[in-house]
Amino acid sequence: MTRLGCALALLLVGIAARAAEPGAVQTPSIFAPVSAPSEAIADYAALVIGICGAIFAVVVALIVVAMVRFRARADDDGREPPQVYASNQIELAWTVLPILIVFVLGLVTARTILALQKDERPEGWLEVTAIGHQWWWEFHYPEYDITTANELHIPLSQAEARRPTFLNLQSQDVIHSFWVPQLSGKTDVVPNRTNHMWMEPTQPGLYVGQCAEYCGTQHANMLLRVVVETRDEFERWVERQQRPAVADASLADERALFERTACINCHQVRGTLADGRFGPDLTHLMSRATLGSGVALNNRANLIDWIAHPDHLKPGARMPAMQLSPAQVERVADYLVSLE
Amino acid sequence: MAAIDGPAPGVAERARSRGWTETLHDWVATVDHKKLGLLYIGAGIVFFLIGGLEAAAMRWQLAFPDNDALAPDTFNRLFTMHGTTMVFLVGMPIITGFGNYLIPLMIGARDMAFPRLNAWGFWMFAFGGLLLYFSYFGSTGLYGAGSAPDVGWFAYAPLAGKAFSRGNATDYWILGILISGFGSLSGAINMIATAFTMRCKGMTLGRMPLLVWMMVVVSFLILIAMPPLTAAQVMLLFDRFLGARFFDTQAGGDAVLWQHFFWFFGHPEVYILMIPGFAYVSEIIPVFSRKVIFGYAAMVAATVAIGFLSFGVWAHHMFAVGMGKGLNIWFGAITMVVAVPTGIKLFNWIATLYGGKIRFRVPMLFCSAFLMQFLLAGLTGIMLASVPFDWQLSDSYFVVAHFHYVLIGGLLFTIFAAVYYWFPKMTGLMLSETLGRWHFWLFLLGFHLTFTTMHVQGLLGMPRRIYTYPADRGWEIWNLVSSLGVVFQAAGVVCFIAAIALAFRRRVPAGDDPWDAWTLEWSTSSPPPAYNFAERPEVRSRRPLWDQKHPDDPDWKYE
Amino acid sequence: MSQAVVSAQDTAPRDWTRGQVGMLSLILAETSFFGVFLVAYLFYIGRSLNGPYPEDVLELPLLATGCLLASSATIGLAVRELARERVARFAAGLFATVVLGGAFLVLTALEWQRLIVDHGLTLSTNLFGTTYYSLVGFHAAHVCIGLLLMIGVLALAVRGHVHRQHTERVDLLSWYWHFVDVVWLAVLSVVYVVGV
Ligand code: HEA
Ligand code: HEA
Ligand code: HEC
Ligand code: CUA
Ligand SMILES: [Cu+2]
Repeated sequence: MTRLGCALALLLVGIAARAAEPGAVQTPSIFAPVSAPSEAIADYAALVIGICGAIFAVVVALIVVAMVRFRARADDDGREPPQVYASNQIELAWTVLPILIVFVLGLVTARTILALQKDERPEGWLEVTAIGHQWWWEFHYPEYDITTANELHIPLSQAEARRPTFLNLQSQDVIHSFWVPQLSGKTDVVPNRTNHMWMEPTQPGLYVGQCAEYCGTQHANMLLRVVVETRDEFERWVERQQRPAVADASLADERALFERTACINCHQVRGTLADGRFGPDLTHLMSRATLGSGVALNNRANLIDWIAHPDHLKPGARMPAMQLSPAQVERVADYLVSLE
Repeated sequence: MAAIDGPAPGVAERARSRGWTETLHDWVATVDHKKLGLLYIGAGIVFFLIGGLEAAAMRWQLAFPDNDALAPDTFNRLFTMHGTTMVFLVGMPIITGFGNYLIPLMIGARDMAFPRLNAWGFWMFAFGGLLLYFSYFGSTGLYGAGSAPDVGWFAYAPLAGKAFSRGNATDYWILGILISGFGSLSGAINMIATAFTMRCKGMTLGRMPLLVWMMVVVSFLILIAMPPLTAAQVMLLFDRFLGARFFDTQAGGDAVLWQHFFWFFGHPEVYILMIPGFAYVSEIIPVFSRKVIFGYAAMVAATVAIGFLSFGVWAHHMFAVGMGKGLNIWFGAITMVVAVPTGIKLFNWIATLYGGKIRFRVPMLFCSAFLMQFLLAGLTGIMLASVPFDWQLSDSYFVVAHFHYVLIGGLLFTIFAAVYYWFPKMTGLMLSETLGRWHFWLFLLGFHLTFTTMHVQGLLGMPRRIYTYPADRGWEIWNLVSSLGVVFQAAGVVCFIAAIALAFRRRVPAGDDPWDAWTLEWSTSSPPPAYNFAERPEVRSRRPLWDQKHPDDPDWKYE
Repeated sequence: MSQAVVSAQDTAPRDWTRGQVGMLSLILAETSFFGVFLVAYLFYIGRSLNGPYPEDVLELPLLATGCLLASSATIGLAVRELARERVARFAAGLFATVVLGGAFLVLTALEWQRLIVDHGLTLSTNLFGTTYYSLVGFHAAHVCIGLLLMIGVLALAVRGHVHRQHTERVDLLSWYWHFVDVVWLAVLSVVYVVGV
């Protein structure tokens, strides 16, 4: 089964061809799984596709044969063909056969559901709370007391030391859906309730996905990046995130400017006056590769663009343009760039 | 009428102007089931062109990555209006229209049971549709946050609530659909009452044409499934205008409740749309195979079974919302069970072909393509019903591919078949066979280019309802091909419109029974007179005209 | 097949008339409509974040229920009288129905007044208010429609326009009224019994 899955995966990913250069984004094909649940789904999917494909082939063959064999010929004698009204045996046959197929498919489905929607968590699991906002993601690691946005870092899970990640999914506003195809199936993020999903990645790398439930204007740019790291890398990342924001003495003025603008009502930078909760935590902004949940690369130029008019990169974004002068924008950007 | 008060015009002029206004008056004030049927179908086709243009605009935006042909909100409005239009203003009126037109003729009646209710229903539908489109002009509202609704065709709460959807756009969506729904409801009441009480002599339930049977089942589905949508929309309206809390998550309201209500309507709705397609096929395939439908009783039973099952599967649209294992297993399994009665139908049609002498005229071409496309669409449905697979596929382009395969490959192809098949009866004129073939092949090609590829986009992780996508995801080529297909579809649609326009210019008479068919509508003239039948017919079998044409070997000997 | 002009034959004798089938269809659709409001009510029982809660403010409306049930009986009797062309008795029965239905509405109004004024419960107070007023309100709206129709028939009857041949139509009206009655029983058991 896995082989059939792999073949399909190769086919699909292969046609979408791109050499897997390091750093390049992979096509988020569901047939290129790198995590326990998505692998189980890919295998199961291959089985379902196999069964449906077989049914398709047989029935299409029947249709084509009937149409070709019984097409009216040019030399037709004009007489009506024999009229056949019904046959109970035949009806019975094509009722029972599908019932059997459905029965088998139903059992396999039930088994797969039970295997994937499981309640018990192995020793050493990591808890992350993901909160959907219009239109970005917030991530909390209760174990480590860190908060970040849009780019989720999770550790590799190895056979000898399993470390699957379990997500608690919550929403701040409307319904979203967390979907990183290579890591797991999607689960909706519903206000007023906490949903759960899990991932158990087996290969380090960057995996992309995005919000999969229509949630308003910028649903298309509610992108997700999940960085799967080895144990050590992950621990280092955690350690860095736990530190308060960099306080570069040479940027004290810039920092003061930032603290005087309304940014601080919506953003948090730990160790400063900024403790807003409405927008993404900026404490370690520069540890993220992208801005605005994936709409642009995170660099000084784009930051300036973003701060001056968020609408430019992400029309409709819930962050207002703050009406700063170009010079002020540059200085705020200078400060932000220091937030390693 | 209009000429009465004015200064007396010349006689000829007067006749002309009276002719014009009188024709208009005839159509507006009509209670005749045939005229109303044509009005429904005509309005549906007009809305189809509009919805199709909206789709073309979306495909233009999606043809290239990072495209900015359309602003995000414009795109979001387009798919909302496209989906809403196609389901409520194209599918529903066309099936109601054919039901209206054909049921009385097929059961030998002179009109529907409640002609005035029928007319009221049509005008409510038309008003609702226009109201929805008026939102483009009228819904700017207090915040200037207006224009057309942009909440998707299923308007999930709380996105459609006051807090996240300001202005009046969503109200237009609610009211437009709610009002046009009265058309479907009154149509359903009418069809049931007509089929149950107005059949001609000898037409027992067991001798009703399959089309009538299936429309009766559809009508029951409408009666049970539409009101929940109306009720849910009323709740949303209360939330939006009166401060009620039904879907207010701040006050403890539940966002998922709307989904349950919507899909309790929404799933039966898709069978409401598909079963009439089955109905046309069940009339057309036998005639062009020159054989009686195989397994009439099984067909009726399967339709009824689909009807019942359709009320037990709604949550298969919600596998990703975080239901428990038990519910997931139940809804997955019961959804798959639908394959059984649907399979019975498909196999019966194939058996009807088998041993026949198939004439591939245009209606039959569309039916042939339907058989294979619906098969594939149904099987992708089974994949979606396979819960863990759906956790990947839900809300991806795979779903978009699935439902366009059923709605176009299934429903729209059968509607085209039905138009080519019954147009001669409705107008007395033949449609051009050549243009029909161009229409068929172009549309077939375009359809497969556009939608076969969408399966792949879905498997490659592309979610639906995104107005743009980055260039690095490996989706570009598929989207481009998808968009190219629209060109061929549009060309096909142009041929279709041209065929209709040409028919009225060329005026090739069709005769009463151009296809050598067997049901009662072909026994009266084309187009049928206002009273349908000079004498009410009397039947002894399911195929009265077969009996007439083959007195030596009539059906009633075998049934 | 010999008659050329067929009018009586247009409705061949059947067990059901088209009016009856139509009314039953309408009732089916309405059942489905109320079903959704009932489900919403049941679903939200005990989920209000703040008071007033049903157990604190609702009282079993026995009198109103009695009125409505009685009105079903009176309209049934009235139709029977009409079938025998006893128009005066028919009108009296119908009048009694209108009075009983009116009493039901007044009692509902009083209850609402108590809830709104004394307990401050409105449509937007909490989930209970939302579901309660919409469910009970839609039922009351149906009572109003029924009353208006009956008042119309009553006016015609008083002027002598209603006769035996109209029995079927009036009977259909009574079906509708019985339906409204049954809906009330459902509302009663959900709101006043299960919900408190
Ligand atoms: C005409 C409309 C129509 C029809 C007929 C169907 C038919 C079916 N649909 Fe589809 N569906 C839609 C319209 C339709 N659907 C729409 C519009 C949506 C999306 C709504 C939205 O989100 O916007 C949707 C979405 C949808 C979903 C939700 C996907 C998601 O959002 O996650 C699912 C999941 O189960 C599903 C399943 C099915 C199944 C199992 C059938 C079955 O009825 C198919 C049965 C037929 C066959 C299986 C083929 C013939 C049978 C045989 C040859 C017998 C042998 C076969 C076997 C034994 C398997 N559909
Ligand atoms: C019956 C139903 C139906 C039909 C027929 C169609 C037809 C088409 N649909 Fe649609 N579609 C839906 C029902 C339907 N759709 C629904 C329910 C949704 C979900 C909406 C939602 O998510 O809320 C959807 C969503 C949907 C999407 C997904 C949007 C998204 O998720 O972002 C796309 C994208 O490509 C699409 C494309 C198309 C195309 C290209 C056609 C083509 O087949 C159209 C072909 C027609 C034409 C191209 C018109 C040609 C017109 C002319 C040539 C004009 C001539 C004019 C004169 C002569 C005056 N549709
Ligand atoms: C009204 C609230 C609000 C204010 C005020 C505000 N922001 Fe934001 N900000 C947001 C929101 C919401 C987002 C997320 C937008 C998105 O991705 O859709 C955001 C995103 C950002 C990001 C990108 C973060 C990331 O990781 O993607 C930066 C940087 C940023 N804001 C900086 C600023 C600066 C600097 C100011 C002041 C000049 C400011 N913000 C003022 C709400 C606000
Ligand atoms: Cu969040 Cu779509
Ligand atoms: Cu469905």
